Amino acid sequence: MKISELSAYIDGTIVCNADKADKEVYSAFSSDMMSDVLAFVLDQGVLITGLINPQIVRTALMMDIECIVVVRGKTPDAAIISLAEANGIVIVTTKKNMFETSGRLYSAGLKA
Amino acid sequence: MANQFIHQEYLVAGNNFNSAGSASEAVKSTLKKMGVASSDIRRVAIAMYEGEINMVIHAGGGIALVDIYYDKINILLNDKGKGIADLEKAMQPGYSTAPEEVQRLGFGAGMGLPNMKKYADVFDIQSEVGVGTTVKMTIYFG
Ligand SMILES: Nc1ncnc2c1ncn2[C@@H]1O[C@H](COP(=O)(O)OP(=O)(O)OP(=O)(O)O)[C@@H](O)[C@H]1O
Ligand SMILES: [Mg+2]
Repeated sequence: MKISELSAYIDGTIVCNADKADKEVYSAFSSDMMSDVLAFVLDQGVLITGLINPQIVRTALMMDIECIVVVRGKTPDAAIISLAEANGIVIVTTKKNMFETSGRLYSAGLKA
Repeated sequence: MANQFIHQEYLVAGNNFNSAGSASEAVKSTLKKMGVASSDIRRVAIAMYEGEINMVIHAGGGIALVDIYYDKINILLNDKGKGIADLEKAMQPGYSTAPEEVQRLGFGAGMGLPNMKKYADVFDIQSEVGVGTTVKMTIYFG
């Protein structure tokens, strides 16, 4: 699905790199532990997390992940946004929790 | 270019979670410019990033020495931190001594060393309590 569609499924808001929202994503991984994310390579994957610090962007960058979904209504600060912007990573925020976000996106067709 | 060779050195600052990962980021972009395959770059980036983060969290910082050849990369991570008493234990998935405030930042799953071993083609770790830790990794391209 496109990142814009992903955002719609979870009533999300695209907070940076909105011009890249028509990129296709196929799979996702949900975790608050970055090394758990780093253990599994995803192709065109999405990182779903409740964390907000620059390391979510660095982790995504190392993994070639192009979209991060931040759950539970948290707002990434300016430092996180600018790091994501510089690296072309789209950040979507949603008020939904990690379970519901993952469930909706899985039902909509994102692979585990 | 069979004789291509790049040497890079990075100082990794301890306990700084804003800069943590910037050395790995720089190496990643060098490899990208060289045209190394993205699956190889990813293995390098993940292995080095885990090692860099370990120096930030557990060792008060350290240095990263990187030698890039046309067909491989050698990464040496050296710190003068507290060292690791039981290496066998530290290598086990899930083993972590990360304090709670570090866990709240998303680290301390105890997966860093296992990930480095998994993604590097050659992995070697030497450590002495009170002296420091040295990690050597080689990743072959292609
Ligand atoms: N450079 C180091 N200096 C001192 N101790 C270290 C160093 N690297 C690792 N350790 C020790 O080995 C343990 C396991 O390391 P590992 O990277 O596997 O997990 P972690 O860093 O605790 O968590 P994660 O990497 O999943 O975020 C650490 O918790 C720490 O006790
Ligand atoms: Mg670690």
